[in-house]
Amino acid sequence: MSAAAPSLFSPAAAAMLKKLGLKKGRANLEEFADTLQRLAVADPNIVVVTSDSRGSGKLAPFGQALPGQMVEVGIAEQNLVGVTAGLAASGKKAFGVSPACFLTARSLEQIKNDICYSDVPAVVVGISAGVSYGALGSTHHSLHDLAALRAIPNLTLLVPADNFETREAIQFAATAERPVYVRFGKAAMYDLHAPGTTFEVGKSLTLRAGTDVAFLATGETVVHALLAAGFLEEQDLSTRVISVPTLRPLDQTAVVAAARECRAVITVEEHLVHGGLGEACAASILQAGVSVPFRIVGIPDEDTVTGSQADIFRHYGISMEGLAGLALDLLDPINTL
Amino acid sequence: MTDHELTRKAVQLRRRMLRLIARAGAGHTGGGLSCLDILNVLYNRVLRISPETVNDPRRDRYVQSKGHCVEALYTVLADRGFFPDAHLDTVCQFQSPYVGHPTRKIPGIEMNTGALGHGLPICLGMALAAKMDGTTSRVFTLLGDGELAEGSNWEAAMAAAHYRLDNLVAILDHNTLQITGPTQEVMNNAPLEEKWRAFGWEVRSVNGHDYAELTAALSAPPPAGKPLFVLAHTIKGKGVSFMENVGKWHHGVPSESELNQALEELGE
Repeated sequence: MSAAAPSLFSPAAAAMLKKLGLKKGRANLEEFADTLQRLAVADPNIVVVTSDSRGSGKLAPFGQALPGQMVEVGIAEQNLVGVTAGLAASGKKAFGVSPACFLTARSLEQIKNDICYSDVPAVVVGISAGVSYGALGSTHHSLHDLAALRAIPNLTLLVPADNFETREAIQFAATAERPVYVRFGKAAMYDLHAPGTTFEVGKSLTLRAGTDVAFLATGETVVHALLAAGFLEEQDLSTRVISVPTLRPLDQTAVVAAARECRAVITVEEHLVHGGLGEACAASILQAGVSVPFRIVGIPDEDTVTGSQADIFRHYGISMEGLAGLALDLLDPINTL
Repeated sequence: MTDHELTRKAVQLRRRMLRLIARAGAGHTGGGLSCLDILNVLYNRVLRISPETVNDPRRDRYVQSKGHCVEALYTVLADRGFFPDAHLDTVCQFQSPYVGHPTRKIPGIEMNTGALGHGLPICLGMALAAKMDGTTSRVFTLLGDGELAEGSNWEAAMAAAHYRLDNLVAILDHNTLQITGPTQEVMNNAPLEEKWRAFGWEVRSVNGHDYAELTAALSAPPPAGKPLFVLAHTIKGKGVSFMENVGKWHHGVPSESELNQALEELGE
């Protein structure tokens, strides 16, 4: 990362990070690569398939250490997914790894048919997801992937927030008997979970209890929800923060409980506001017969601004200030930040 | 099985497939008839696979990339005893697993296909897995003329030679017609032999209705390190005079009288 890369956090948010005692970890991408290599050393049946993406995927060391367990297909994402499916159908634990923007658009049909419909235990890994490549323009954004993949049956969707969730997600995927999609970014993440936390696919993780407002957040946005909660607590507002690493199957119990028990619910995701976590939660809440002030925070349906991930998050209110301000508005329209 | 016995069997398979399609009220008649002899040879002479070995990791694999011609595959699999013949009467019926394209729910079928340009990449993965495991499995796919316009085939063709997958065989059911008309007019895929050779494949050109030629091309291993492309020259609608080389039989379904006429032509 260049020295000029802007911080994800404003000075006030950085102070809140310190106050909450959050420690900086590393990029989920690096956690993924190390975890996969560790698992692959122990299990020679694990194979990774890349499309000129071993560098982007931090998998060059994997390729050097375990050359017999890596398949390079060149810049050919359709072939990448087909090959991954074929390997999986022949008994390999195959991980197809490529930037989420290409993997889930160009080869969507291969994911749908070769993996999900054929029901082979393959893992599709979308790296540098969301706006990780923010400055490179919309060709390199994946703000559609969760919506597209939620519309395809038979695919577990995992969006880890920190290194712990990433490690757990990859460990789950390595032994899963059904198709799995995992997506994450490349910025260093803060450790969100206490030691000894239990991760279970299909379950959300409550980071803070509260009853005034609930943030249901996923992936690299979770830390911002946690900071907003710290801010709101200073205003004597009790704030619930739930990390939702599994988009499917969604932890409907926790989602509906948040809507029943809190005065307002805000979802946060690094994805278009259509078809992702927010709409999944809205559907669960509405179908449970619960009515609650509710907002979806994500990337709006427009020509997405470009800049660093930090710039884009800040622009669209995925920040301590943005989320806390929205919560205050939602709880009391006359309140302003 | 002798050539004569295979020829006898082909008559029965064609009759059964046409009755199946007429009963289902749907199917790809012309392409089914064009690829049926290839399947007959594969399943009765070449593939090391049987109802008893469907889960044997060392088995050969067959993935039908031109999935729309599933009626021919169902007919051959039933004949080989992968499932009872009576199941063929349920093709395309409500909630029958025997849908109009291959699925793994059916014993003997390896992958779900139907969208074109998927079989070769999948087989590439299977062939790589066989090499990694050190088995002698061979992996076969059947392509159609029209689907060669799908770019994914060429991604896989390049990779197969790169990985020297001499256990991979792509067969083209080269009947020269697709749904809109002659492939040459829709999107010319010629020159096929030169293209596949240029991609690094061993190329064998055969009469796709000649059992001796098909057997020789499919059984003899290619030179070490070379994937094998078998260009099978076929006739769409083969065996039924009024269906041969007539585009409308791509997915035409015979009426009762047409079925009877076809069965009469095919003989017993």
